[in-house]
Amino acid sequence: MLLALSVLALVALALTLPLLWRSASSLPQAWRERSPRRTGSVDPLGDPGRERRAEQRARELLRSCVNEEEWAMYRDLGFIRVAGGLSRRTGDAEGEGPAYAYLVYAHKPIVAYVPSNGRLLSEYCVEFPDVTGQSERSRLPASDDVLAKWMALTSDESRVIGRANMHLVGRQLDPARVRRDLWRLGEWERRRSRETPAA
Amino acid sequence: MSEEEERLVEEFRRQLDEGMWAAVPTLDGRSGRRRAELVQRYSDIPAAADRVIFFPRAAGG
Repeated sequence: MLLALSVLALVALALTLPLLWRSASSLPQAWRERSPRRTGSVDPLGDPGRERRAEQRARELLRSCVNEEEWAMYRDLGFIRVAGGLSRRTGDAEGEGPAYAYLVYAHKPIVAYVPSNGRLLSEYCVEFPDVTGQSERSRLPASDDVLAKWMALTSDESRVIGRANMHLVGRQLDPARVRRDLWRLGEWERRRSRETPAA
Repeated sequence: MSEEEERLVEEFRRQLDEGMWAAVPTLDGRSGRRRAELVQRYSDIPAAADRVIFFPRAAGG
């Protein structure tokens, strides 16, 4: 399983470069070859499956990084919930949920909310643009965008939130849709808890 | 330092010089929580890490 995931990591997308430290001798070249953004090249054949394959690789990479529940959430609902970091100090005690959390969507702002009552707090507009300046701008595959947000939030929440533009929910996202997503998440968790009883 | 490790260090520095962030996915064995750990130096990479993922720096959208 680990070997399979490692192989999948090798083909990570335009702006993600997984390095397998024990077998990385050909990676830099391989990455350049696989990165049209770096070379500025355009597929002359206009391969229609290219984005689809890129997204599939991104999904596998995401799956290898997040936990099983987060992956299932993304697969079933299209977003991932990430607990807010301050909750580790304020509300993440045994049996308690986090004081606040984020909904991480692909190519949409991150939404902060209060899990206990569903109150929407704010949306954080953040992008992960190509900073190399070596090629034209393009978007990350959806699952890579989610992975970048997940990694940024779980590793250094204050930094990514500090870089984001904060607005009240409603600037880019429809609050009604976000509330509906929270309802879907609640239903999903109830169904999941029935199907997967705690050990 | 082996030749392969030197190449890894060089590649690591190059990615960060180009403005990427580097993170290592981690698993807390006690809580089972998965998260990422940003690394700014090659020496910061945990010995048990089997990969480093480079991704663009966040910017306000």
